Amino acid sequence: MKDFNYHSAKDSKEASKLASSSSAFLAGGMTTIPSMKLGLATYKDLIDIKNIKKLSGIKVSGKSVTIGAATKHVEVSNSKDVKKAIPSLSSLAEGIGDPQVRNRGTIGGSIANNDPSADYPSACIALNATIHTNERKIEAAKFFKGMFETALKKGELIEAIEFQIPEKSSYQKHPNPASRYAIVGVYVAKHKGDVNVAVTGAKSCVYNDKDMSKALTGNFSSSSIDGMDLDSSEMNSDMHASADFRASLVVTQAKKAVDAC
Amino acid sequence: MASLVGSRVERKEDKRFLTGKGRYTADINLANQTYAIFVRSPHARASIKKLNIDKALKSSGVVSILTGKEIADDKIGGLIAGWAIRSEDGTEMKCPGNPPLAKDNVNFVGDPVAVVIAESLAEAKEAAEKVEVDYKVLKAVTSTADAMNGDTIHEGIDKNLCFDWLLGDRQKVKEAFDKADKVISIDIINNRLIPNAMEPRACVADYNAASEEITLYTTSQNPHLSRLIMSAFGNVAPEHKLRVVAPDVGGGFGSKINVYNEDIVCSWAAKKINRAIKWVAERSESFLTDIHGRDHVTHAELAVTKDGKFLGFKNETIANLGAYARVFGTVTPTYLFGPCATGVYEIPAAYTNVKAVYTNTAPVDAYRGAGRPEATYTIERLVEKASMELGIDKTELRIKNFPTAFPFKQTLVHTVDSGDYVAGMEKAKQMADYKGFEARRKESEAKGKLRGIGVTSYFEACGIAPSAAVMSLGCGVGLWESAEVRFNPTGQVTVYTGSHSHGQSHQTTFAQIAADELGVPIENIDIVHGDTDKGTFGMGTYGSRSLAVGGIAIVNACKKIVEKGKRVTAKMLEANPEDVEFKDGEFIVSKSNKKKTIGEVAFACYLPGVRDEMKSPLPEGDEPGLKETSFYDPSNFSFPAGTHIAEVEIDPETGHVKLEKYTACDDFGRIINPMVVEGQVHGGLAQGIGQALYENAEYDETGQLMTGSYMDYTMPRADNFPEFNIGYTCTHATTNPLGVKGCGEAGAIAAPPTVMNAVIDALGGQEVTMPATAEKVWKACKNLKKSNAKAA
Repeated sequence: MKDFNYHSAKDSKEASKLASSSSAFLAGGMTTIPSMKLGLATYKDLIDIKNIKKLSGIKVSGKSVTIGAATKHVEVSNSKDVKKAIPSLSSLAEGIGDPQVRNRGTIGGSIANNDPSADYPSACIALNATIHTNERKIEAAKFFKGMFETALKKGELIEAIEFQIPEKSSYQKHPNPASRYAIVGVYVAKHKGDVNVAVTGAKSCVYNDKDMSKALTGNFSSSSIDGMDLDSSEMNSDMHASADFRASLVVTQAKKAVDAC
Repeated sequence: MASLVGSRVERKEDKRFLTGKGRYTADINLANQTYAIFVRSPHARASIKKLNIDKALKSSGVVSILTGKEIADDKIGGLIAGWAIRSEDGTEMKCPGNPPLAKDNVNFVGDPVAVVIAESLAEAKEAAEKVEVDYKVLKAVTSTADAMNGDTIHEGIDKNLCFDWLLGDRQKVKEAFDKADKVISIDIINNRLIPNAMEPRACVADYNAASEEITLYTTSQNPHLSRLIMSAFGNVAPEHKLRVVAPDVGGGFGSKINVYNEDIVCSWAAKKINRAIKWVAERSESFLTDIHGRDHVTHAELAVTKDGKFLGFKNETIANLGAYARVFGTVTPTYLFGPCATGVYEIPAAYTNVKAVYTNTAPVDAYRGAGRPEATYTIERLVEKASMELGIDKTELRIKNFPTAFPFKQTLVHTVDSGDYVAGMEKAKQMADYKGFEARRKESEAKGKLRGIGVTSYFEACGIAPSAAVMSLGCGVGLWESAEVRFNPTGQVTVYTGSHSHGQSHQTTFAQIAADELGVPIENIDIVHGDTDKGTFGMGTYGSRSLAVGGIAIVNACKKIVEKGKRVTAKMLEANPEDVEFKDGEFIVSKSNKKKTIGEVAFACYLPGVRDEMKSPLPEGDEPGLKETSFYDPSNFSFPAGTHIAEVEIDPETGHVKLEKYTACDDFGRIINPMVVEGQVHGGLAQGIGQALYENAEYDETGQLMTGSYMDYTMPRADNFPEFNIGYTCTHATTNPLGVKGCGEAGAIAAPPTVMNAVIDALGGQEVTMPATAEKVWKACKNLKKSNAKAA
């Protein structure tokens, strides 16, 4: 690993001020540190945001659950409030990586990285999340731009994620057996009026499957999507799963999620 | 005194391991040490046009950069194959040179071309990036099945063929097949695996200019053998000027048998720069450059009568050696494979033909089970298919062809001294509730799932091995083992063994054996291993040989101690040596009932004389001291055997295979420590099930390793397994005094066919290759649905 300067920011303002074109924010470091060790990324400055108190913690209101960006996966999975308000979000957090990852990794880091196989982006889409940054509020639907790409500008820092509490929801993942990232993960959330079917792992970026959302909004039963033949042309294909297999898994996991709601 | 052999003695080594006090090679730091980084080929096959180190030499902290040229100039030898295998036509095998640093050609991704030695690891890494190598990239050969049709990798080795070996009689097999009612045939792939020891390889080399001695600390399963190879073939230093120490080693599974490039280069370079050098592999280097395992493509046939008697067996295999032939590389797919390929059955005519090929991939060598998992997979998949095609119950068909008497002389090589295969099968069926399977299958069916059951009956030849036998088959060394038992004057015992423990618990199990033999409390016995400066030359640990060979050497050395003790006691108590008996640590004169403890006798041996009350004159002809050595050469291999049964449930929508039940009923002969044996069985099963369902080393067409990290190479985890149901039958080995057989490899041998037979049973007989990943199984489920729909 190449040498770098380490900064520990005391608040968002300081963190933002320290940011430059050759810096990165450091939260859990689950992607940043290995990338640096492998020489895939080099930074002059790492700005640690873990010690910014305001960025950690979970708040539940009548309609939403707001989670600070530096909140660790283990805190989300263990939170009684989250379990009560959105149990599927708690179980999603419980299924990320392994205990070591869950004890270090943060929700903000996961979302900012926008790995196409990460779990949290699907929760943001399904639960109509609002991403609060130090500069603005961004709707989840406009936040995830493409593979490892988000709407964040340089120096812009995620402060919290606000999830809308659904009537029912479930997240079902078919994990990569090696990495345990999602080969396909489907987050189904039934809100008053409509249903979101957020899919991760299948394409280059998380997305809301419009056809399944429509079918399930009409009739919230797994039978309404059974046998749906999804277009696999844009789906990922690698040694772990072909595009056709992924297309099939999206429907299967969506059915499982509906049945589990 | 109660016998310790057979009891669950807690592991003496656990305290230091569980409290972080283990001392591994990477924990060793020497004064003024430097750090090595190897510059490795990024290409699978290329010639080196130019290598420029000028820029790198100017990088900060660089001490030295050495390349293939310097190592050739210094006449340092290359890596070797330990067994010479002869082809069917009588010609010798063909092995390419394998210099520790490539000079002209590189033959797999990771093949080292230079070493950069610097004051710090970071500086070594930075400088290594500045070494400029101009490669002419050549077309790589990566496929096992097509290797013979590819470009010639090594000059003068036609068709990339190392040897074309035959064991058995083609004519007899032809006659058997002519008489058959039915021929069952199968095409299988034994997938390539990466051993993945928890501790990556490492070495620290030191040179003492005063004594002109090199000391190499390294992650080895056999430090004495490594020294021999480095000295005799590597020309690194004469044996008496080379000390090899393998301290605590975190798992080997065969991958740490070999002397590796880094061992030779660091030892040689330490002398050259007159400073210590440390190298520790990164995990990615382990993936690329540790030896890999398995990688066979096989076509096999079984000739049967309509009532299920086996008549003949054919096995045509292509085995991938990787880029170079290494220590056990050539014997693994031959003598460790062919003789076991007829399994536990009486098959009157059989042959195994193996074509061993070179490819531009990491060298393939012995990995847990080495040859026997491939053999067992071949015959047990074939027998399972025969049971389906003949419509005979899979357990009945096996029993029908088991040998009825022991010793069981097999068609090919081995004479199996002992066993009771029927008893093993019956017990396994009971443990697995074989009868209740149909009801469980229906329950799964009601949930929309497919359930399958798979059986494997295996035997293996381990405890390697009688020197005369293996040398006649081409082995470059004898495979005896040594032990030295030293009684200290004040009564504690130090046992030196030539075996090496890298997870096998020798510190405990060998002490149990010595404690029983000598009647000394186990706390007073230390087992010392892993250092060529301590104890006698030994052959090391692999092929489940430590107990069945190394353990017997300890027993024999202990027996010599007792014999001397009897003579000394007789002299001290003025009796005849024949009248002295030894029991529970006491020498008793049977006629007078006078006695001496073994501690008193040991003390006397170090004080050979008479003074006041001290009367310990030694018998005439006996020297002072109490230390005995044994070199034990076994009279036969040992033959563990057993039956394993697996049950899987498959979700046809996702292709997910859930291993629901796993039963292992093994005959390991006498068991020294049941807790340690359970650990060995669990570990072996984890690796065997890993091969069946998860693990796979995959290269692309250009020879890049696609599964070079844990993001892509699936190491099984605890939650992939059910609670293992483990049981034993026991027939004592008749060829060694302890009656032991060996247990380290059984799980890895039996589990792959057991699990795959269950998966394929669930899939209605459709073949699926290992690992049975979700997508492969999902596709098979779709086919099954289609063919069921057609039938309906």
